Amino acid sequence: MTTTSRPPEVLRAPLVVEFPFTRSLGPVQSAFLTGLRERTVLGVRTTDGKVLVPPVEYDPATADEIRDLVEVAATGTVTTWAWNPRPRPGQPLDTPFAWVLVQLDGADTALLHALDAPGPDAVRTGLRVRVRWAARREGAITDIACFEPDDTAPGARRPAPHAGAFDDPVTGIVAPARLDYTYSPGAAQSRYINALAERRTVGERCPSCRKVYVPPRGACPTCGIATDEQVEVGPAGTVTTYCIVNIKAKNLDVEVPYVYAHIALDGAGLALHGRIAGIPYDQVRMGLRVEPVWTDSPTGGRFPDHYRPTGEPDAEYDTYKELI
Amino acid sequence: MTDTTKTTHKEPVAVVGIGQTKHVAARRDVSIAGLVREAARRALDDAELNWPDIDAVVIGKAPDFFEGVMMPELYLADALGAVGKPMLRVHTAGSVGGSTALVAANLVASRVHGTVLTLAFEKQSESNAMWGLSLPVPFQQPLLAGAGGFFAPHVRAYMRRTGAPDTVGSLVAYKDRRNALKNPYAHLHEHDITLEKVQASPMLWDPVRYSETCPSSDGACAMILTDRAGAARSPRPPAWMLGGAMRSEPTLFAGKNFVSPQAGKDCAADVYRQARITDPRREIDAVEMYVPFSWYEPMWLENLGFADEGEGWKLTEAGVTELDGDLPVNMSGGVLSTNPIGASGMIRFAEAALQVRGQAGEHQVEGARKVLGHAYGGGSQFFSMWLVGAEPPTR
Amino acid sequence: MRPPIRDIAVVAFGQTDHRRTSDEQSEVEMLMPVLHEVLDATGLKTADIGFTCSGSSDYLAGRAFSFTMALDGVGAWPPICESHVETDGAWALYEAWTKLLTGEADTALVYAYGKSSPGSVRDVLTRQLDPYYVAPLWPDSVALAALQARALIDAGDTDEPALARIAVRSRRAAAGNPHAQLRGPDVPVGDYVVNPLRTGDCPPIGDGAAAVILAAGDRARELCERPAWIRGIDHRAEAHSLGVRDLTDSPSARLAAENAGAFERPVDTAELHAPFTAQEVVLRKALRIGDGVCVNPSGGPLAANPIMAAGLIRVGEAAARIHRGDSRRALAHATSGPCLQQNLVAVLEGEDR
Repeated sequence: MTTTSRPPEVLRAPLVVEFPFTRSLGPVQSAFLTGLRERTVLGVRTTDGKVLVPPVEYDPATADEIRDLVEVAATGTVTTWAWNPRPRPGQPLDTPFAWVLVQLDGADTALLHALDAPGPDAVRTGLRVRVRWAARREGAITDIACFEPDDTAPGARRPAPHAGAFDDPVTGIVAPARLDYTYSPGAAQSRYINALAERRTVGERCPSCRKVYVPPRGACPTCGIATDEQVEVGPAGTVTTYCIVNIKAKNLDVEVPYVYAHIALDGAGLALHGRIAGIPYDQVRMGLRVEPVWTDSPTGGRFPDHYRPTGEPDAEYDTYKELI
Repeated sequence: MTDTTKTTHKEPVAVVGIGQTKHVAARRDVSIAGLVREAARRALDDAELNWPDIDAVVIGKAPDFFEGVMMPELYLADALGAVGKPMLRVHTAGSVGGSTALVAANLVASRVHGTVLTLAFEKQSESNAMWGLSLPVPFQQPLLAGAGGFFAPHVRAYMRRTGAPDTVGSLVAYKDRRNALKNPYAHLHEHDITLEKVQASPMLWDPVRYSETCPSSDGACAMILTDRAGAARSPRPPAWMLGGAMRSEPTLFAGKNFVSPQAGKDCAADVYRQARITDPRREIDAVEMYVPFSWYEPMWLENLGFADEGEGWKLTEAGVTELDGDLPVNMSGGVLSTNPIGASGMIRFAEAALQVRGQAGEHQVEGARKVLGHAYGGGSQFFSMWLVGAEPPTR
Repeated sequence: MRPPIRDIAVVAFGQTDHRRTSDEQSEVEMLMPVLHEVLDATGLKTADIGFTCSGSSDYLAGRAFSFTMALDGVGAWPPICESHVETDGAWALYEAWTKLLTGEADTALVYAYGKSSPGSVRDVLTRQLDPYYVAPLWPDSVALAALQARALIDAGDTDEPALARIAVRSRRAAAGNPHAQLRGPDVPVGDYVVNPLRTGDCPPIGDGAAAVILAAGDRARELCERPAWIRGIDHRAEAHSLGVRDLTDSPSARLAAENAGAFERPVDTAELHAPFTAQEVVLRKALRIGDGVCVNPSGGPLAANPIMAAGLIRVGEAAARIHRGDSRRALAHATSGPCLQQNLVAVLEGEDR
């Protein structure tokens, strides 16, 4: 069957990229974050005598490795600020607050954090502020809950040398991060997915090289032009190659071992990938003829659950060797 | 204006500094900056140079999701002495370590810069490679986890095409893991490895066994590339780039040869043309090739022109690719012993350079004069290679 | 820095219409027409191109190896000589420029694309920040730009009405740019997003792609009536942390401009990659752009800001003005990272004829 394409319904689905990253800290960052847990703010002195807070491992100006820790005050001065009327998820405060760069007393550089203030009129560059410590501290930048206005005069405090040694130092942090996307597969793949919902496998033909792409991805990858002519392929096909999977995948509710195969559906210019069942895993072979098995599974209705043998004789190697 | 330049103005490129970290499953003692810094510092020390001597920095790594840092080079600029300098980030999937070195080499070859630091890394312990490689895609059927399942069917296709005995893969793994014992930087040091143990290891993605797969590593690799003037100042013998090339083809297409991709053949041919190699099997002394699953050694031996089609496994079986063989392959232990993904390609390039500099230590191939470094990535679609020599190019 | 050893020009430029969303198209479906546009403009086919280089971001797409799918639009068969940068396409152009300088290629296809619509770009960009001290606070891109804007206001370099004038000028200029996403005289200054930045001070969020063809020497003259010659191009980074930088200045942009030869003679046009109004103030100062210079005649990123392509578009827009004869010497600027951390400057010239 051949039809010309029409603009498909735009498919959308949520895509969540989420992981609790485990970050080892190295000596300087370990000392700084452990210090925050102990309500102590550390900086690092560069070779030319500047004190960087927060302390970094390498001098941005000279690239020197720097390890000379000092203690600075928990009070400081705002060097610039920005009023955030609508806090976003993950930010330090969930009521309107000011983003601030704060130069702590004894430091030569500024630290980025939040300032709890009643409104933008209460914030200005030069404002004196102090750290508000989080009630529960575990050795993370969020151990500083935020800054708050402070009425002490700027101290001419000289940073005191600090060994950076604490009991039970924090050597790593867990940094959970979640980003939410709305995924859309595009026109060609939407046509393909919509046809799958009707239990048909529909590829697209390249107008130049005439190859049929299944699944179609919007372009003939060798000609660099759009595939636009829809062509139903299969339903049966040939296993061109495969492997036997013995590792259980987290997101996959299939018992191991199972067979993951490349299947060239009849009429397709290349193989697609699928699972083979309905035959003992160790009897699957290259050339096996298979057909799709559709199920009404609530999660996986858009594609065949698996492929099973048709019972036809195996395909000759020469008939599919170009499709491997 | 006339264009009289063309290839005649290309500056020869030399490797004068090489540094790597000791690759391990998890470097819990350093930050990401600390990890890359260690490799960069060792490369500088090898070249007896310091940060002000570097004109530009070229960084490569595989997907940003592995560490959960978008464009981490921005945060790494300070640690790599890149403040006030050009800094470029390359990402070409698994081949990236090689591509990164080639981009850096072009900065020297084009005479834009004299001395360039190039570095590639992966700190896979920050997340989990299986997660990073298998992010869910809506509307696509989840079928597999990890890269092994993707490549295993191609291995089976190779076995079918060539009739290679199914023990060849285990021979490669056994060799590479033994070679790794001679490389202090390698991740896996399996002192009690035997061929029997490799062959008895569990089948993960049949026909690929556990011991025939690469580990997941934290590691970084750095090189200092420089021009003729820089090479003349080098305290140790430089390695000279005699040829370098990248080639790409689409991920999947009708007629794709997954077993021996055309892009790999074309890439090798370009490198050989530049280096005036007509018979790679005779003229090249050793190869560091990207073999993440053991069977890729015989497959690449054919793809790179060291063996005729269908004959690669015979070289492996005959011991030709052993450390003391006629064409040693992966003297360092290879990707099978060390795999910080983004760095793995650069480690191949760097190990090739170590060989022609005579500085590979216990895994040195005696008299190695011309050695190939090879990397690939994506769906066997991105290739980068260089050939380095003990002598400068003659052109 | 040494002068380039080969004359290289931008000979073609194309871009999509930039839109808030393009969810009916995949990335390759969005990109491919632009690739065809620049190939058609030069009469080249993929097989004629000596080197291909692209810029894009996995984090923007929410998918690892997203660039591998875009390659389908190139038609990389037979296999091509190709590379990819995980940043704005302006850096892909830089990589292609060095490749052409080596003489190994005479033509290059450079492309970039970005879809901001699938994710929440303000949150996505927080993942660029120091992963230990800053990213855990999720400070979004507008917040960081607002800190920079406040520093400029405090320093007396600008004020809110001046910022509003930049916004109005940009969207007015964009009225003549059919590809722009936000244009016309009536774009409101709006409410504060993060004070002192209002909606009008911020770029539109959207999807788009762009492509450029570079060619060397006589090849450039064959392919283009009035090539835009790259007289110099350089890029520089600064420290990552905002707290160690002077946010009112951009020493890296100035150094890149100096190395690109921008200060040797005045330019008549500047395409600046300043996604936020206040950043134009910083760049005008750092790049010594006088009042006589036509700044962002395309409308700039305040009119269309497809992330990862917006910097390449600056080079393309500057070149296109030279192609059309509207400019003789133009400066193009691209940026990457929080608050202008990395800056690229190219100087383009038409040829006297």
